Amino acid sequence: MNTLSRRIIGAIPVLLGISFLIFLLMHIAPGDPVSLLLGDDATPVDIERTRHEWGLDQPLIVQYWSFITHAVTGDFGKSLKFNESVTKLIAERLPATLELAFAALCVAIVIAIPLGVYSAIRHNSLLDHAGMSVALIGVSLPNFWLGIMLIYFLGGQLNLLPVAGRIEYGIDIRSITGLYLVDSLLTGNYEGFWSALQHLLMPAVTLGSALAAIVTRISRSSVLEVMRQDYVTTARAKGLSERMVIWRHILRNALITIVTILGLQLGALLNGSVITETVFSYPGIGDLLIQSISARDYKLTQVLILMFAVIYFVVNLLVDLLYGWIDPRIKF
Amino acid sequence: MFSMRYLKIWVGGAILLLLCICGVAAPLLAPRDPQAQTLEDRLRPPRWSENGVPAYLLGTDNLGRDMLSRIIYGSRISLMVGAATVIFAGLVGCTLGAMAGYFGHAADEIVSKVSEIFLAFPFLLIAIAIMAFLGQGVGNLIMALMLSRWVQYCRVVRGEVLSIRERDFVTAAKALGGKDWYVLFRHVLPNTLASVTVIATFSMAIVIITEASLSFLGLGVPVHIPTWGSMLSEGRSYINRAPWLTIFPGLAIFITVFGINLLGDGLRDIFDPKLRRQR
Repeated sequence: MNTLSRRIIGAIPVLLGISFLIFLLMHIAPGDPVSLLLGDDATPVDIERTRHEWGLDQPLIVQYWSFITHAVTGDFGKSLKFNESVTKLIAERLPATLELAFAALCVAIVIAIPLGVYSAIRHNSLLDHAGMSVALIGVSLPNFWLGIMLIYFLGGQLNLLPVAGRIEYGIDIRSITGLYLVDSLLTGNYEGFWSALQHLLMPAVTLGSALAAIVTRISRSSVLEVMRQDYVTTARAKGLSERMVIWRHILRNALITIVTILGLQLGALLNGSVITETVFSYPGIGDLLIQSISARDYKLTQVLILMFAVIYFVVNLLVDLLYGWIDPRIKF
Repeated sequence: MFSMRYLKIWVGGAILLLLCICGVAAPLLAPRDPQAQTLEDRLRPPRWSENGVPAYLLGTDNLGRDMLSRIIYGSRISLMVGAATVIFAGLVGCTLGAMAGYFGHAADEIVSKVSEIFLAFPFLLIAIAIMAFLGQGVGNLIMALMLSRWVQYCRVVRGEVLSIRERDFVTAAKALGGKDWYVLFRHVLPNTLASVTVIATFSMAIVIITEASLSFLGLGVPVHIPTWGSMLSEGRSYINRAPWLTIFPGLAIFITVFGINLLGDGLRDIFDPKLRRQR
């Protein structure tokens, strides 16, 4: 059996465990979810009918089986809060969250890798200490506060960037992938591209800041570790220029660790989007999750949490497999 | 003894100590009752601003409540939730990790599978899920955070125990007739203390940010209890009119987490010989 199939089979019990935990949470929750959702005005007949529609009058094991089969087929029924198909709601909003997560990843890469590598090369210099202090500040900043401060200064005081939403009202982008930046470029809608980019900037910086801080520290320690290897000493001893040693021997090897960490953090970024999307009223699945919780739409909440967990799990699995491919010394 | 090597620990420790004093002595330090509303004084800016009044150093909120008092009282929740989570998650994680590492076989299999499931969940999501279904409350919050953090201790302690149990002093303790549980708790576990201390410190910083995030989302403690996260959430609607409502609670979270991270960094620098070499 090859690595991929072994890992996929190994993932099944974990995914079942995750789905069971989520399912269990809804059932140990105090109060009847149907009564809570329908409110005080609902009659016992309404409540009973909804319970029957949701299958909540069935035995627990039947309900779990139904939850699993629906999850596998992707048919989750209708959301009671939005009165729309759950699958459609997710399909509409998932691209927004993916776009935000990738933008945040780009912000983190652009800031963190040069800063971390330079700090390591100028080890113990003033810049190294300054870089590490900035990274420590970044790790300690609550990202929702950073978001609010950006809204206040860049949006409110300087009026530089829009503070909410995904695109300016009135601008329409023809949907191809659902990613506004990509779709606007594909359709030549540059006004839409500019507006989407402006709307994405503050949320991406907010979401990417903590990751940037983590990656800066890891880049630094990874480069420092590689710099002490014998092959780097050999490269220097054979007379290579310092630039060549850094680019060809140090960076290439240090990047393996950095890329892995970035990949592993992509799943975390998707989940971190819950808070960032709430701060910026950004219409992604994180925002949808909080709306479903506020509206007590437990069914939608359950599906969204399962989806977040599965995405996180699958991304981590892919990165794990990719790691083995990048660095053949790693064996699973 | 003060030296530059311990600077991070001193500064971080001092911030944490100040926070503890604030939390414990809140009734003595806070100038007013954090819940007392003075509607005629609502949205007063900080004392040094143009319309500020001396009675309210950091201004007042939309209900005329004193911001400084609310921030001082807010430290109680952050501290209590942070400490309780770190202790409970540490106890659960260390015990399970030690058992899995020391006894191996079935114990290791079960603990590893369960921790794999928890590791597959991002910790913020576990906390959001639990709070969404169980509802607001300090107890629920601590449980939600504990369930999302125990696995970090478990993995590290398991790994350490796996290596420590092969050491000579453990063999000697067994040869002298030490029972498994005695050897585990008396000889093996104390040797994992350095790593556990470092994890606990960083974990506390993460827990404080997560608690604030959950309160910000309206999923933390009940609204009548002042917390930094809920203050930020309430102040958000007044961001342009009264920015101090969001600036000060956010600064309080930042300084606290910064101090704890500094302490954690300092402790890791001392305990981790690999990092010491990098310096």
